[in-house]
Amino acid sequence: MSFISYLISGISLGSVYAIIALGYTMVYGIARMLNFAHGDIIMVGAFAAFTVSSTLGMNAAAGVIAAVVVCTALGLTIERVAYKPLRQAPSLAVLITAIGVSYLLQNLALLIFGANPKSFTSVVPVPALKLAGGELTISGVTIVTIIISIVVVIVLSLFVKKTRAGRAMQAVSEDRGAAQLMGINVNGTIALTFAIGSALAAVAGVLLCSAYPTLTPYIGSMPGIKAFVAAVFGGIGSIPGAMIGGILLGVIENLSKAYISSQLSDAIVFAVLILVLLIRPTGIFGKPLNEKV
Amino acid sequence: MKKILSLCLAMAMVFSLTACSGSGDDAETTAAAETTAAAEETAAADGEETTAAAEEGETAAAASGEGTFKIGGIGPTTGGAAIYGTAVANAAELAVQEINAAGGINGYQVELNFQDDENNAEKSVNAYNVLKDWGAQMLLGTVTSTPCVAVAAETYNDNMFQLTPSGTAVECLTYDNAFRVCFSDPMQGTVSAQYIAENGLATKIYVIYDSSDVYSSGIYQAFAAEAENQGLEIVGSGAFTADNKTDFSVQLQQAKDAGAEMVFLPIYYTEASIILTQADSMGFAPLFFGCDGMDGVLNVDNFDTALADGLMFLTPFSPTAEDEVTQNFVAAYESAFGETPNQFAADAYDGMYAIKAAAEKAGLTPDMSVSDICEAMKVAMTEITLAGTTADSLTWNADGEPNKAPRVVEIQGGAYELLAE
Repeated sequence: MSFISYLISGISLGSVYAIIALGYTMVYGIARMLNFAHGDIIMVGAFAAFTVSSTLGMNAAAGVIAAVVVCTALGLTIERVAYKPLRQAPSLAVLITAIGVSYLLQNLALLIFGANPKSFTSVVPVPALKLAGGELTISGVTIVTIIISIVVVIVLSLFVKKTRAGRAMQAVSEDRGAAQLMGINVNGTIALTFAIGSALAAVAGVLLCSAYPTLTPYIGSMPGIKAFVAAVFGGIGSIPGAMIGGILLGVIENLSKAYISSQLSDAIVFAVLILVLLIRPTGIFGKPLNEKV
Repeated sequence: MKKILSLCLAMAMVFSLTACSGSGDDAETTAAAETTAAAEETAAADGEETTAAAEEGETAAAASGEGTFKIGGIGPTTGGAAIYGTAVANAAELAVQEINAAGGINGYQVELNFQDDENNAEKSVNAYNVLKDWGAQMLLGTVTSTPCVAVAAETYNDNMFQLTPSGTAVECLTYDNAFRVCFSDPMQGTVSAQYIAENGLATKIYVIYDSSDVYSSGIYQAFAAEAENQGLEIVGSGAFTADNKTDFSVQLQQAKDAGAEMVFLPIYYTEASIILTQADSMGFAPLFFGCDGMDGVLNVDNFDTALADGLMFLTPFSPTAEDEVTQNFVAAYESAFGETPNQFAADAYDGMYAIKAAAEKAGLTPDMSVSDICEAMKVAMTEITLAGTTADSLTWNADGEPNKAPRVVEIQGGAYELLAE
């Protein structure tokens, strides 16, 4: 019974990683850059929700909406100000800029909200589910997190495959220059990608803090790194890959915590990443690299 | 450059003293002047005796030319352990003001410089170097264990007297120049196990501790050893690390499966607040027992304090204690900072008065070298008995450990209740 409980909380944790990983993977797939500030956008989302629902006393739904709006605007602003001027720059320059943005966000949050940890009130009003005569308790947040992540992946996959904007994204990720020649607004498409990624980060932030109720300016960094691992694990650039990678990662983390050692779980997670990269360098769902000579 | 600077400072000092012993209506431009004036004002208000003491101090100071004891302080005033550092900084400042108002130490005024270390060992050593450049002669700090161990090695190299208000790790006192006001980690672990066994609180205990933190793992080891002696069964332990401290559902599930009646939490309050919330959402309600790091759990922003009902923890200080020292301290702290002092504040307050008592016993003067002060303080600390806020009579042994009775409090309805002494 406890195995099932560990498995479910692992899937729930993995679902949060998956939602974050989707942001990484989309931005990487389309803009070919690693947005290391993504983890900190999660944190901003959580603070926005906290400010609206706990400090201003509005209801939880308003908090979630505020988080999504603030993060989308923030994502667009960051893209416009920090990344767009570097579109033709070497990828190392963009990477370092992303790390800079990450620290900027952390320190801004530190200035505005202070370093004292805040206890985040769960925005999920769903009561816990008791199964098997109360032996197995699944919290409401866990259920909601899993459902939301599945819905997000399905909607996103449909969006990319079926809509005009989605197909423009695919085209830009295939060949930016050719896409532009075909009349696709490359800058607009990249901005849209950032907007979607950041909105997902807001959702992830709210879910993350609802499940693990502490809020500091640094909460985004570790889940951000883990989600990046998940994205690489599943094959960076692939939407189902991010989902599977995230969930596998969460399950591995939780089970190794429970059955091997609660201290070594991070080490095991990263060891798995190294193994995956050795065996399948492009990840589980990644396309094999065709070296053009 | 340094000479010119010290000359200027000495001039400013002499000027300020003359200005004060005159009518006191001269333009007071230096900070030193202001402090002395403030001290004299309060002293005057306090009556004849203290004024005399203050004047005596001034003459002595004027004679030696270097009129103040410089005491450095280090602790986290920002970051995850900010509540501790801020409390220590506030209480130390309060104690210094009181000491200065009552005529200082051996007639010399005391100056305190408190530096932030964000509970980070590297930043703490940097802060110590800043204090050394400032001319610190003694160190009150550091507040948290991990940085304290790092700084203790530095103070030993410089042979500077160090008194940590709340560095509980054994390693804080590796060297003979360091003393502490609080209990050590093993002592807390041992006392907790004894208390639980003697009061029959539980027999099956699960422990959640931070293996990356010396404070937490130190308590855990001593607790585990003493629990065995006391016939308590430790049904499991779940360690976590600094990088992995937001999710405790696995540990709590293990505790629940093992049938634990009590979860022992030798950790800091931030993580404890998450554990209490997650245990509640899992429908798991054992007894929770913590150590002094639990102090502050009620101050976590937006934390539902009802979840902390029944939480017991070991603490040397209770703001509701009725002795005069505690009552005066609590009243002064509340009026100065608008909140009830926690045990870290009490430790720091006692620490500053211990420095005063020992310095007076040793007959220190500020013109002595850092090393001479340290040698004199090492002897004097073992000879004093202090009636403090954390115990009615505090004494120290040559290892630097305090000797005092433990207290346990329980949280009920968002307030502390003293259970036992």
